[in-house]
Parts: sequence; structure tokens; C-alpha cells
Amino acid sequence: MLSQATEASARVSAPIDDKDVLRAQARARRRLLVIFLRIALAVVIVGLWEAGTRINCYGPDSGTCVIDKFFFGQPSGVADQLVRWVQKGTAQGPLWEQIVVTLEETVIGFAIGVILGVIFGVALGRNRLLSDVAGPYIKAMNAMPRIVLGSIFAIAFGLEMPSKIALAVVLVFFVVFFNAFQGVREVDRDLLANARILGASPGQLNRHIILPSALSWITASLHTSFGFALVGAIVGEYLGARKGVGLMIATAQGTFNANGVYAAMLILAVIAILAEALVTRLEDRLIRWRPNAITEVII
Amino acid sequence: MQTPASRGPAIQLEGVTKRFVSPAGTAFTALRDLNLIVQPGEFCAVVGPTGCGKSTTLALISGLEPPSLGTVRVFGEPVSGVKTNVGYVFQRDAIFPWKSVLDNVAIGPRFRGTSASEANETARKWIARVGLAGFERYYPHQLSGGMRKRVALAQTLINGPRILLMDEPFSALDVQTRALMENELLELWAATGASVVFVTHDLEEAIALADRVVVISAGPGTVKSTYRVDLPRPRNVAEIRFLPRFVQIYEEIWNDLRDEVLISYERTKRAVTSN
Repeated sequence: MLSQATEASARVSAPIDDKDVLRAQARARRRLLVIFLRIALAVVIVGLWEAGTRINCYGPDSGTCVIDKFFFGQPSGVADQLVRWVQKGTAQGPLWEQIVVTLEETVIGFAIGVILGVIFGVALGRNRLLSDVAGPYIKAMNAMPRIVLGSIFAIAFGLEMPSKIALAVVLVFFVVFFNAFQGVREVDRDLLANARILGASPGQLNRHIILPSALSWITASLHTSFGFALVGAIVGEYLGARKGVGLMIATAQGTFNANGVYAAMLILAVIAILAEALVTRLEDRLIRWRPNAITEVII
Repeated sequence: MQTPASRGPAIQLEGVTKRFVSPAGTAFTALRDLNLIVQPGEFCAVVGPTGCGKSTTLALISGLEPPSLGTVRVFGEPVSGVKTNVGYVFQRDAIFPWKSVLDNVAIGPRFRGTSASEANETARKWIARVGLAGFERYYPHQLSGGMRKRVALAQTLINGPRILLMDEPFSALDVQTRALMENELLELWAATGASVVFVTHDLEEAIALADRVVVISAGPGTVKSTYRVDLPRPRNVAEIRFLPRFVQIYEEIWNDLRDEVLISYERTKRAVTSN
């Protein structure tokens, strides 16, 4: 960090080179262009969609338009729906309550899944006998489409929160587990040998070498796994619930309200983006020492 | 700390053979019937072609690997497991990337039960001694390759090892940094009086640093010959290469080493063409 700072100040104090100034200006212009094009892209797509639902219409039948808003929705309709939800609440109660319920299920499921995944990942990564015995079962369970467990959980845990949390836990667990396991296995052999020669006991090896080394893999998995926790909560609600954004989607579907589905999706997208930012901050705090991110293990 | 020289050699390898057996059952012999003695306070360089088992020798002395046959003794005692009086500087960076320079250097004493404040105080002294004062809070990725090697040296030397094993420690550095580091190593070593086994494939480096150069034959490795380097100390690594005596020793050892390098080269060539 500091070396970058001194480099930057050296650059500033150096005599200004015209080409460098021009290059910097070009970079700034390019950044503005990118932002402008991004907004333009959104405006064009949403605009075409909106226009499609209004062009070529004969009489009251929306089926004659280029895009049928009954089936495919309409941007202005989505906006109306959002405003209505905010002002009048949803069929299940106020909008904020649905969001809070879904978030609560997601965060609790995420936390439990991460903790279990790390514990099992480190335990199996450190113990070869355990991993040899449990390995095939874990692979088999991972190969299964775990989303169908949602039905079991709905039967076993009922329509309240526990069934959604359980589904989120199951989805999160495997992502974190495989990364923690891999992280423990991938510890640099030279680092281990060095620590042993420097006098580390087995416990000190775990704490000072293996956990920090695995931590970069684990945090890399948190990005994906938070998304999975959200999927678990939503699908769980969709399969049967009394509250939550997933139920809003199910209700909208039941009443042929395409705009309602899109509006709920928009809410989820915003939640996911905010969560992603939070996870990134957590990651930066946990692994300050790392120069750049490790790409996540593919399972 | 002090062991009288009369107690015998610091390191003694007798008839050591090291085989690695893969799970499939195929064996690879890295070392065969190797005999090597290093006296207390001696700087011994080990040279040999690639893959002749130089690094394996260090692993045996450190106790990281047991020998298949023969005995390894350190200060007269057979080696069983990792001993605390040995220091090891690895070829690749083996300092801990998630620890700052200070924590990296202080970790040895911390592992050995010294209090944090005391360990940090000693670590600061060592960081200054290897010329990194002011970099205590930096992480390894913020340092250059040469600086990381200095951290590794401080991390090892802070434990006061009586035996220092070095596995091509400077091979990744550029030529100028390398000469600097070699000189600093000689200075640090002179102050500790430890026995050094320095593995390298660079004959110039070996002669410039060592009291004795051991040539290992192409794998399976065994000692082919040893040469005493009677160049005066203190030495300046960058300039000692111009001494006529240096050139003379170099020629002598190179004649010996060349054959082994050729054997090793022919072997890899054959392995490649037969594949």
C-alpha cells in the first residue's frame, strides 16, 4: 500500500509530461462513455419492452400487441406494482415485513451453513481416514438436486421459517464445505515444513498455518453461497409459506400477475447486490494480507 | 549453545539411502549410500546436477524425512523427527503470507513459548539486522523477492539454529540482489558460528561462499568428491571471483561436475524422446 502511495506522489511531483496528461484525460472520458452506454443499454431494453406492449394494439385485447403484457408484463406495470406494494402492502401484509422474513431466513441459513461447512471441511481435510470414509457419500449428496429436499422440509418442519432455513443450510453447506476442504488440502507443503522446523506444535500448525490458508478459499466461497442461501429461502417460501418474497412470487403467479413476479425479482436483485457488497467488505477485512482474489473452486 | 569441537562433527550422514515409494509400488531412489560429514561452524556447499537428491539430503538432516537406510546424526544424536536446533531456508518463499514481517519473524520464538512482547522485541532487532527496519507492518506480497528472502533469513536465524540448511535460497533472485544477499549471509553466519549446508546448482556461488564444496553425482545421488576452498575470509562475493585461485578451484571442480551434468542431461533427453 505504502509503496503505491509513494509511487503516486513521485508521479505527481515529476515534471508533467503532456502525453501522460492526455492519456489520463482519455481514460476519464472513456469511463464516462462506459457509464453513459450502460444507462443507454438499460433505457433501450426497457423502452423497447414498454413500446412493444403498446404498439399495434387493437381494442382492449392485449394479445394483439407486439408483446402481450398479460403474459410478459410491462415495465410501467412493474413500477406501478412496486408503488402499490410500498403504499398499500402485499396480500400477506406490509412489504417490509416480507423482505425482513426472507432476509432473516437467508441470513440464519447462511450462517448455519457456513459454520457447519467450515467445521466439516476442516475436519475431513485434516483427517484422511474420515475423508476416505465419508467422501463418496458427500459426493453423492452433492450430485443430488438438493432443491427437492425443500418438499421434505416443508412436510417435516411446516410452513414457518425452519423449513426455509433448512433448505438454505443444505444449499450453503456444500459450497462452503468443498472450499474449506480444498483449502485445507491445498496448504503449501513448504509452509507446513517451515512452520514445523520453526517449532510449531500440531495445534499451532492448525491455528497459524492451516486455518489462515484455508480462509482465503472459504471467503471466496461466501459470494456464491450467500446467493444459494437466498435461493433456498425463496424456493422454500415458494413451496409453501405464510410470509416472504417467495410467497409474493407464488401469489403473483397464481393470479396471472406477471408484473408482480418481475417486481419481486427486482426486489431480490437489489437484496443480492447489497449482500454481495457486504460479503466483499467482510472478505477484505478477513484477508487484508492477500494481493488479489483466488477464484473459487468449481464443483 | 556451545558444543566443543572435540565432541565430533555437527552433521554426520553414514551410508544413507533414500527411496521414495509411490502408492503404485514403483520406487525412486533419490540418494544411494551417501556419506557426508560437516564440522561445527563449517560452511559446506553441496553442488550437483538437477534431480540428484540435493534437497532430499537437507530434508534428511532436518528430520522432515527419515532415511530408508543408514543413519543421520546431528551433534552425535540420531535424527528422529524435526529438531529445534536446525534452521531451514527454502528455495521458494516459505514465509507466511498472512502474517506481517514482524509476526513472521517473531513466530519462531512464539511457537517455542516466548511471550509476545519479548518475541516482538527480538524480532525487531533481527528485522533491523537484515536491513528491513521500517517494514515491520508490511505483508510479504508488498515486498520484493530479495526483501522476502531477508524476512526468511531473519525468521530462521532468530531461533539461533546451530545448523543452518539452505536449499538454493537465492536462485530466484536477480544477479545483483543475489550478490548482496550472499555477502549479507556470510556476515550473519560469521556472527552465529552455525554449521551451514548450502545446496546450489551454481558452482560460482558454492565456491564464493563455502569452506568446502561437495559434488553429488547424477541421481541416485552419492558423494562424488569434496574440495576444500582455501580462499581467505572475510570474502566479498562479488569480487572474489576475479582471484586466480578462485578460477583455479572452479576449473578443478567443474571438470568433475561437468560429467555429472552431462549424464543428467542425457538422461532427461532420453526420457523426453522415449515418451
